[in-house]
Amino acid sequence: MAYSDKVLDHYNNPRNVGSMNKDSKDVGTGVVGAPECGDVMKLQIEVEGDKIVDAKFKTFGCGSAIASSSLATEWIKGKSLDEAEQIRNTEIVEELSLPPVKIHCSVLAEDAIKSAIADYRKKQDDES
Amino acid sequence: MKTPIYMDYQATTPVDPRVLEAMLPYFSDTFGNAASRNHAYGWTAEEAVDKARQQIASLMGASPKEIVFTSGSTEGINLAIKGVAEMYGAKGKHIITSQAEHKAVLDTCMHLEKQGYEVTYLKPDKTGRTTAEDVAAALRDDTILVALMWANNEVGTVNPIREIGALCHEKGVIFFTDGTQAIGKIPCDVEADNVDIACLSAHKIYGPKGVGALYVRRRKPRVRLVAQMDGGGHERGMRSGTLNVPGIVGLGKACELCEQELEAEAKRAAELRDYMQELITSELDHVHLNGHPEHRLPNCLNLSFNYVEGESLLMGISDVAVSSGSACTSASLEPSHVLRSMDVGDDLAHSSIRFGIGRFTTKEEVEFAAKLVIENVKRLREMSPLYEMVQEGIDLSTVQWQAEH
Repeated sequence: MAYSDKVLDHYNNPRNVGSMNKDSKDVGTGVVGAPECGDVMKLQIEVEGDKIVDAKFKTFGCGSAIASSSLATEWIKGKSLDEAEQIRNTEIVEELSLPPVKIHCSVLAEDAIKSAIADYRKKQDDES
Repeated sequence: MKTPIYMDYQATTPVDPRVLEAMLPYFSDTFGNAASRNHAYGWTAEEAVDKARQQIASLMGASPKEIVFTSGSTEGINLAIKGVAEMYGAKGKHIITSQAEHKAVLDTCMHLEKQGYEVTYLKPDKTGRTTAEDVAAALRDDTILVALMWANNEVGTVNPIREIGALCHEKGVIFFTDGTQAIGKIPCDVEADNVDIACLSAHKIYGPKGVGALYVRRRKPRVRLVAQMDGGGHERGMRSGTLNVPGIVGLGKACELCEQELEAEAKRAAELRDYMQELITSELDHVHLNGHPEHRLPNCLNLSFNYVEGESLLMGISDVAVSSGSACTSASLEPSHVLRSMDVGDDLAHSSIRFGIGRFTTKEEVEFAAKLVIENVKRLREMSPLYEMVQEGIDLSTVQWQAEH
């Protein structure tokens, strides 16, 4: 299978690999996928006010899954939570030129963003 | 050293220059049809084919009269299984095979199931092996055929063919073995090993693509097959079609070289295979060997790198040409059916890589490949949420994953 240049770039130079303290109240964590399916994404956001000031990811998965999550962290940094929630998997597909068999990687990335935001919001609700 | 380094020798092999040299005259100088009985062109072609038949038979302890030429193992498998089923269908309709067989065997068996045959798909053990005891337990009065591969193409596990063959002979059941990965790589003797039908493919043993042979026993018992292709009645009526003389000459030469060099080559391959495994496992933890630690091909090393997905690893080691059991690398999006049948978990199946050591593999190539694998597994594990969880002491089997698949 031939990979697009953008997938290769994210695979070779992934942006924002790493982990944040998941117990911090400013951090939202999303873990989606399952090892049996060959994809697990962990995406974390650090939020100040309503803004995502930092994002990190770790992914077990194919090159397209790594690229999708790397791109997702790049895109959500600096966005408000509401803006980040609007990101659709189809935009990731388009940006990375993912073939049909790899669309699930982009879906997973969208789910990871939403899951991290939901985790952060839940923490805030529990606080108040 | 030329990159990408070829380490996919179970998929196919390059034509050995000595094989190519033997073939060349038969394309345009000596181009006769081996079935032309009336002139020198035909006689020369027939002589060349007869020599090849001798070379092939010699490699596996058969008689030249027991060799039927085919286009390769897929055809050989179809001819063997369907040919036996049709010939002996009145006697019984039961066939025994294994879940770890090549798709050509499994799909042929499924085809027969639609026609009223019953097939038992034995589950191999965790190393991919099927024993004579497993076969004995599945045998029935109406069993006509046992089809079990000599060695597995994905994990290299070698089945106890001699014992299974002895059992089949004792019970009067025909024994077919797919010898594609084994014949020419390990000692194979259809007499001593009690084999009735065996197939091989030239391109797996440094011969050309598109030609193969089927061994069909003539004595004790005499095995008969219903031809699957109608025509001029070539090959004792079992396989019609003008013989591919240059291909057959190449297959013959390839078999001759394998026979001459088998012992030295197997030893060298096993040393390189073990060296590669040692290099990798001394640097990386959580590496799982797929297959049998002893009963395996000398030229096959199948490893799973826990917490790293196979396709992403292939991307990182693109300077090495290998295959993965990961679903992502297959058209079906299913992980390897062989690893599944061995109860290798889907997570490990997704992480598997098959390294093939070939006639032209050098120590330098093995070192280069091992280094690349080590670097990339380390890099991808740094990126892997699973590896991180394991480092934190989390048991992954207790995690509630959010996935619909």
